[in-house]
Amino acid sequence: MSNVFILADFSGDKATKTTAELATAAARIGAVTAVVLAGNGKGAALAATVNQGPIANILVVESDDFAQFGVAACADALANLIKEKSPSAVLIASHAFGKEVAARVAVLTDSGIITDAVDVTADGTATQLVFGGSTTVHSKVSHGTPIITVRPNSVEADLSDTSAAIENATANIGDAAKKSKVSSSQPPVKGGRPELTEANIVVSGGRGTNGDFAAVEKFADELGAAVGASRAATDAGWYPHSHQVGQTGKTVSPQLYVACGISGAIQHRAGMQTSKTIVVVNKDPEAPLFDIADFGVIGDLFNVLPQATDGIHAKKG
Amino acid sequence: MKIAVCVKQVPDSWAEKKMVNGVLDRENVDAVLNDLDEYAVEEALRIAEAHGGNEDGGANTVTVISMGPDRATEAVRKALSMGANDAILVTDSALAGADALATSAVLSKVISDGGYDIVICGTESTDARMSVVPAMISARLGWAQLTFASKVSVDPAGSVSITRVTEAGVDEMSAAFPCVISVVEKINEPRYPSFKGIMAAKKKTIEQKDLAAVGVSGQSAWSQVNDATPRPARAAGIKVTDEGSGGSALVDFLAEKKLI
Repeated sequence: MSNVFILADFSGDKATKTTAELATAAARIGAVTAVVLAGNGKGAALAATVNQGPIANILVVESDDFAQFGVAACADALANLIKEKSPSAVLIASHAFGKEVAARVAVLTDSGIITDAVDVTADGTATQLVFGGSTTVHSKVSHGTPIITVRPNSVEADLSDTSAAIENATANIGDAAKKSKVSSSQPPVKGGRPELTEANIVVSGGRGTNGDFAAVEKFADELGAAVGASRAATDAGWYPHSHQVGQTGKTVSPQLYVACGISGAIQHRAGMQTSKTIVVVNKDPEAPLFDIADFGVIGDLFNVLPQATDGIHAKKG
Repeated sequence: MKIAVCVKQVPDSWAEKKMVNGVLDRENVDAVLNDLDEYAVEEALRIAEAHGGNEDGGANTVTVISMGPDRATEAVRKALSMGANDAILVTDSALAGADALATSAVLSKVISDGGYDIVICGTESTDARMSVVPAMISARLGWAQLTFASKVSVDPAGSVSITRVTEAGVDEMSAAFPCVISVVEKINEPRYPSFKGIMAAKKKTIEQKDLAAVGVSGQSAWSQVNDATPRPARAAGIKVTDEGSGGSALVDFLAEKKLI
């Protein structure tokens, strides 16, 4: 059976659910080796958190260059491992870091690349949703080692426990990958809510909030949801830009998306219309987002959301 | 300083996009300068203006580099009307359907021949949305990669520092010339071309080259599209008007769908 690499995805010092999702997709193609890039002396602890999903082997590569030189050093080490071990495909998480690593790896290994796959089959065919989710595309890499980035929260992860064999590999990083230096790194500020792109439920607010996100946040917290915002809301400075859902922001595809006071410009739809269930709350009965809503409430979000929040709270008992 | 800005002409984001024979149909839609590239043009101009300007006899030049059909001159002209000095547009029928790898190979050759100190790009194009070309150019040229910048400071003596902002957090990074920078939306407010700028842009040079003139052989796409199908439009579902119990109706719907 062929061997497939995944680049293990971490948040802080823990493997994310995305790592198990990558493993689940990769296992359809072959036996999965999870590559763990870690600082010196940190590999064993990080590898120990890679404990879910169909992973056969863990390859630990330690170097302080990863933190010091960022994307370029990580890509160089991964590309050199690929040249050495010849996996039949490489799957990487589709976020800014993952896509940039994939981009450099594709160049360094003379390989084709597909980004933002939402599914991957046994023969390496990737499914992508393009043009704001309006078109489904199936494509396949035709040159070199397929480098595929997979969108978080798209593949249903096999979360069974794994105790993969751990092996160490040498970090091979060339001087060309050590030209941009990271002098300080700050992790994202976490408000105790799930990460937007990984959340099962997203509640977003727009112009209709008038800058007051309290009702949106309370409803989100009752649902254990991430909070998103329309471009109108982030442009107005009502919510951080990092929470913007839409064409120029994040693309989300949760089980449930609740849009509150968002009219639904195409820019916003492009970031959320592949959500499984869409709920819209808006005062304006003509809001275009109602056209794609599974459930719509024509009403003031400041009345509807508190009532719904209380209703859910009561149901939980 | 010699500054280059890479730009792309893309279908207007409001336009309906279609795939024909596995590639985006670019002929039958309105085309514009990629929104996110305007931030790159603006940043290049601000860097030039902060360090001696890019007017005639100024200390810097800002060159727009693009790849695309003849029609892409419109997008390039817009960048020139904002204030860039000149432009190079690579046009070749062999490049139709080029992927990011092929695009980055062509841009890299133009950049390396131009002897630039810094290259500035947007973070992604609004059509393909891959966010990979700046990293690919950096890898091909062996130049420093300073991407997803929300703040750029340039020391004309030969170094750049940036604040990198992604979902993974905030990094402070720096590198010596030459380097490839990508800038995020919100780094600046792109200027509108002035009437004077639009008139001046008409006289500026757009050097149009084919692949032979650039000196690279066209590389075909390294991934193939098997099929592309429009997804069925979502149908509108239940719609209720809140007359005091809209929130409860919403809770009932979520419970029925087993979402709570």
